[in-house]
Amino acid sequence: MKEVVNLPVKKIEEEEYHINMGPQHPSTHGVLRLVVSLQGEIVKSLKPHCGYIHRGIEKMCEKDTYPQIIHLTDRMDYLSAHINNHAVCLLVEKALDVDVPERVIYIRTIVDELNRIASHQLWWCSFGMDMGGLTCFFYGLRDREKILDIFEESFGSRLLHSYYTPGGLMMDIHPNFQKGVKNFIHYFRKKIKDYDDILTGNIIMQERTKGIGVLSREDAISYGVTGPSGRASGFSCDVRKRHPYALYDKVDFREILGTEGDTFTRYMMRMDEMRESMKIIEQLIDNIPAGDYSAKMKAVIKLPAGEYYQRVEAARGELGVYVVSDGSKTPYRMKFRSPNFSNLSVLDHISRGVKIADLVAIGGSLDYVIPDIDR
Amino acid sequence: MDTLKLKERILGLVPDAEFQENKPFPTFIIPSALLHNLAAGLAGDADLAFDFLFCLSGVDMVSYFEIVYHLESTTHRHQMVLKVRVSDREQGFADSVCDIWRTAEFHEREIYDLLGIRFTNHPDLRRIFLEEGWNGHPLRKDYVDDINIVER
Repeated sequence: MKEVVNLPVKKIEEEEYHINMGPQHPSTHGVLRLVVSLQGEIVKSLKPHCGYIHRGIEKMCEKDTYPQIIHLTDRMDYLSAHINNHAVCLLVEKALDVDVPERVIYIRTIVDELNRIASHQLWWCSFGMDMGGLTCFFYGLRDREKILDIFEESFGSRLLHSYYTPGGLMMDIHPNFQKGVKNFIHYFRKKIKDYDDILTGNIIMQERTKGIGVLSREDAISYGVTGPSGRASGFSCDVRKRHPYALYDKVDFREILGTEGDTFTRYMMRMDEMRESMKIIEQLIDNIPAGDYSAKMKAVIKLPAGEYYQRVEAARGELGVYVVSDGSKTPYRMKFRSPNFSNLSVLDHISRGVKIADLVAIGGSLDYVIPDIDR
Repeated sequence: MDTLKLKERILGLVPDAEFQENKPFPTFIIPSALLHNLAAGLAGDADLAFDFLFCLSGVDMVSYFEIVYHLESTTHRHQMVLKVRVSDREQGFADSVCDIWRTAEFHEREIYDLLGIRFTNHPDLRRIFLEEGWNGHPLRKDYVDDINIVER
């Protein structure tokens, strides 16, 4: 009689295997590929592969003049386009010691905060959608539309505005701007309660986010995770407080800080930030001084030879612009320290050991904008 | 810690360091061989505590490469810049600092990809944006690409 040979049979749960999430995956909100190493449905490790929309913006900047570069910065983090413009404008103005009119500084601060709210609204609707709640998507987009209407009326475009120029603004605000913004704040103060009712208080959402993807304060600093994601871990990294620019040292607002560092805290940071942004706008909107909308600038802007650095708080974290100038009208080297690039580097660290469905929630709470990673 | 004290402290740690005037932050050029030791000291020392590497860039200065480390202390709020020069264009390398500041892992890959500087002791030194086998490093000043770059 033939002897039965017991071959070692491997269970599929024990075997580690790799799957590709992306480049076309709805949860990455762009073209990002995550090579995820799985055992069963537990994430063992992952490797992000970026570069699908690498356009070489830093190389392009070396051929462009400073007013031209403004238009490229819109296309990095397109959801905080105004704030990206602001970084380059401040850098040029500081380097040339330009006296920017008070009116410009007021308008810029208000528009930056409107931009931050619009960005967080889009994050909220896509985060809700990632978690399986499609209603959020409609609510968020409906309210974001109100801000885009204000933008369209004043600046002529909805997404990529290029509204700031070195020395001032492209044009003055529309006469309806102040009324429109005040109407929006009045409207959104009521509507943000719906956000809490529909998603924040939802027990399924809380179960899926609390204690998932915990990032400690030390790791947040070491990985350079800034913005709401860093502040959720207790890393006080708000550039508006640490190195104030525009009017942020004159207005009263709170830096939102968390302690837990999990997905739910990252979620709450952005919800509270929207309220703080509305507070900032309310303090400024009635006090915009009269005056010019731009300082007199030379036709050709040349930065004196040397190094310059400017940091601003974009919607997703700290944006740094580092310029080495050789005295000509184009920068010798321009480096953008983009918040999303550093925030992405922590994804592998915090998603080890979670289920693959939670990886989607973690990715949503870090709020990537892929063109900002790839540049 | 103000610039003067910081200068004294850094020059005490590395006598060969060169202090650069008229920069946005206190800036020191240090020999690349001493980089890793100094970086560990800067991050570990209680008075200095430079725990946040907020920008890491590479610059092609034609005769040499410059690697620029922008550092900040989250406890003391002071900032400084370290610079390391790499002169070999083909085989140039510097020590990786990603065991000290984890964010350096991605930034060093970016510098390797776009400028072609190698980092020793880096856990995973691959190109980050461009595909493997890409010819050349785009951020170099002598990079030529007849298809994608139009010379005016």
